[in-house]
Amino acid sequence: MPHKVIDVQDVVIRFSGDSGDGMQLTGSLFADTAAFFGNDITTFPDFPAEIRAPQGTLSGVSGYQVHIGSSAVYTPGDYCDVLVAMNPAALKSNVKWLKPNATIIVDIDTFDEKGLQKAGFKTDNAFEELNIKHHNLVTPPITTLTKESANMLGLDAKQGLRCKNMFALGICYYMYNMSMEHTEHFIKTKFFKTPALVDMNLRVLKDGYNYAGNVEAIADTYIVKPAKQTPGVYRNINGNTAIAWGLMAASEKSGRPLFCGSYPITPATGILEELAIHKYLGVKTLQCEDEIAGICTAIGASYAGSLAVTTTSGPGLSLKSEALGLAVITELPLVVVNVQRGGPSTGIPTKTEQADLNQALYGRNGECPVAIIAPNSPSHCFEAAFYAAKYALEHMMPVIVLSEGFLGNGSEPWRIPDMNDFPTINPPLVDALDEDEPYFYPFRRDPETLARRWALPGTPNLEHRVGGLEKNHQGAVSSDPLVHEQMVREREEKIQRLAHKIPPLEVVGEQEGDILMVSWGGTYGHMLSAESQLREQGTKVGLAHFDYINPLPLNTEDVLKRFKKIIVFELNSGHFANYLRAKFPQFQYLQYNKIQGQPFIVTEIVEAINNIAK
Amino acid sequence: MKFTPQDFKSDQEVKWCPGCGDHAVLASIQRALPEISEELGYSRERYVFVSGIGCSSRFPYYMKTYGFHGIHGRAAAIATGMKVANPTLSIWEMTGDGDSLAIGGNHLIHAIRRNIDINIVLFNNKIYGLTKGQYSPTSKWGSITRTSPYGTVEHPFNPGALAMGARGTFFARTLDMELKLTSDIMVEAARHDGTALVEVLQNCVIFNDKTHAVITDRAFRADRTIVLRHGEPMVYGKDNNKGLVLDGLKLKSVTIGEDGVTLDDILVHNAEEENHGVHMMLCEMQWPELPVALGVIRRVKDRTYDDMVRDQLTEVANKSQIRCMNDMLRSGDTWVVE
Repeated sequence: MPHKVIDVQDVVIRFSGDSGDGMQLTGSLFADTAAFFGNDITTFPDFPAEIRAPQGTLSGVSGYQVHIGSSAVYTPGDYCDVLVAMNPAALKSNVKWLKPNATIIVDIDTFDEKGLQKAGFKTDNAFEELNIKHHNLVTPPITTLTKESANMLGLDAKQGLRCKNMFALGICYYMYNMSMEHTEHFIKTKFFKTPALVDMNLRVLKDGYNYAGNVEAIADTYIVKPAKQTPGVYRNINGNTAIAWGLMAASEKSGRPLFCGSYPITPATGILEELAIHKYLGVKTLQCEDEIAGICTAIGASYAGSLAVTTTSGPGLSLKSEALGLAVITELPLVVVNVQRGGPSTGIPTKTEQADLNQALYGRNGECPVAIIAPNSPSHCFEAAFYAAKYALEHMMPVIVLSEGFLGNGSEPWRIPDMNDFPTINPPLVDALDEDEPYFYPFRRDPETLARRWALPGTPNLEHRVGGLEKNHQGAVSSDPLVHEQMVREREEKIQRLAHKIPPLEVVGEQEGDILMVSWGGTYGHMLSAESQLREQGTKVGLAHFDYINPLPLNTEDVLKRFKKIIVFELNSGHFANYLRAKFPQFQYLQYNKIQGQPFIVTEIVEAINNIAK
Repeated sequence: MKFTPQDFKSDQEVKWCPGCGDHAVLASIQRALPEISEELGYSRERYVFVSGIGCSSRFPYYMKTYGFHGIHGRAAAIATGMKVANPTLSIWEMTGDGDSLAIGGNHLIHAIRRNIDINIVLFNNKIYGLTKGQYSPTSKWGSITRTSPYGTVEHPFNPGALAMGARGTFFARTLDMELKLTSDIMVEAARHDGTALVEVLQNCVIFNDKTHAVITDRAFRADRTIVLRHGEPMVYGKDNNKGLVLDGLKLKSVTIGEDGVTLDDILVHNAEEENHGVHMMLCEMQWPELPVALGVIRRVKDRTYDDMVRDQLTEVANKSQIRCMNDMLRSGDTWVVE
């Protein structure tokens, strides 16, 4: 019977399995293929902290959700059209994410007594127990079939079974009429040293594809047509890579060599790893003995003239607090990247959260303000890192990039920019004394930006000392009460003057009216989708999303006052809402908060607004 | 250009206590720098003095060079970043026993392990001076201080032994009042490619006065210390008739002319021996069993971190076709939307 090919607007696929099943790879290969085909995509890796958690258990389930569309997609999708579950535990922990008519693909071989028991099923029928009735169930014996293929190719079963994920991937490619070329090329390149593994992976991938063509459960297939995209050269990018590249771009535009002192920490490690690859462009990376050395080597490199960076996640930012204060008082350029994860302490390290905002704003001793930029999507991380570096260098101060695990690991297609379209970066380097200077005054300021000048060691006649002790403009240590107060105020004012350089706050949707949704950072995609759904259903709201946290855009107050109700959405207990309360106490702020280590789902945002709009 | 010590004195008033050993170290370094500058061709702007927190860490303010007064314990990390960023700088870390062996212990051993080309001058007065008299990681067992009114029950660190354990390539020890010896050692440290750790036994006149006096007092200094010189026999004593020999696996002090001992029996100091076994023993010598070793105890050649960073960057750059961001961004997996 010839099958129908049905056009669909968008589709959400969730790959899930044991944390050793290769689900992250499977998901990203599917995403890459869709992106190459011209779909818009957004991805959401959701994995446990353990590298190999106990096999078959709920705690070991690793997931990777891909949302592909024939028009713009802004989120990884709330619920999935297809769930790939490589074992009973994966099915059990993801059943809540199924759309009513979703297709479920399981490796039925794993639904044996042992597998069901490990996943905590009480009966021998997992599907009945989970009340799976109206879903389209595809139940290939993946383990058996993969073992057979391994046998035929002369591989031992254990080695062969590592390719099981390719079977599921093959089924998905068939279902969505996608080319396997990109994945085949990947396999050939990745395993070129072991031809047997190339053969095995290719074979299992095809087995899956062919299985899908023969099984009744997949009667029709689907196609997600390419999205209309601005012409250009594209690539897939995740947030961590985008941050690394944005910093490298800033290094090129400023002529300042890039130095990154860092210590591995989830989910920020990818930035250090990415930077280390690009040493051929002069990037210096130093994997330090600890987080403190990470920032302190960066401060030393900054003093010596580098674009200096340190990358970390929440607990690492805590360790860096004292040194960050040193960068503030010495007024040296420094970019601190914090890819937030769930806290406090070690918390839920592989899950996303926005709960380091208070720490970024206030987490240091003394009067110690720091500029903060929050990227809003994986690819926006490039721009956020670039401008963080630009402002750090030009204004002689540390800037925090407040990213999130959701952005760092998530990916989307990115139209590669032309570096000629980016502004140059002009740090206030100095090579001679001012006419009235008997010696170099390190804290003499630019009257417009209040930035001090950057005199690099090695420059004749500009010898000077900086450090953690308060100093006057001439650079002499001073505990004069008025000098201290003046310097504290100047360091704060320097940040606030940056507001004249950053873009104004834009409002999506209604420009004035009843309800303003406020958000910041990585929730942008969900907020944007919610705004568009609300508009479709006839609820008129405005959306003000903040990329710049400190300073706030100059028109912030003007935007807030145009709405009757303001509701602040964030993945914490209300940090940004409280910040706005302190800055603009004349307004009332409602809050919608989620502290589950998970991104928003669009549905809950829409519901929250509907409840207010009633 | 020829410099004099005066050229390295800043206009800042020196605020250490009268009688503090730090004054002598400052003078010794200001004396050494003209010689170093001449020998190595350094101009004044090439020097950076970096410090942590503590009395000794005020040092950079008194030098008319570039300077960075950091935070407690972190000077080695700050100095490391500076050197990697600009390997042409001559970087001098000024630190103390609390700064470098307590809060900053981690950074110290990792700087030494990497063999980054910086000079670390560790002022060891076995006490916390700036916080007014608490015991430090080098305070001897039983020390009575403000935080150990009944005596410490901790074993002290020996900075030299720590450096050996971290695969250090240069270690020297001097006394604050020995200006000439200190100055000579600073020149040696500057010459050395790699991390040079110099321990200065320094007197805190207020909180731990005369802590080193048992070996440093003029009346018996010659009998209780030994100044080691590479290639010379390990002899000491006011009559220059005492020496060190190996007795089994241990060092032993002997008197030349007694029990048939001649000068030929005395060990000859080899600071350049790669195996640090003897160097370790020399570092750990303590009065009254043995004289305390001064001078350059270890000085061996090894690759430095900053050189290896530079070489690796050059090597990978030579292999790559990519020269700019526009090329890099367009390399690898990309696709075109028409």
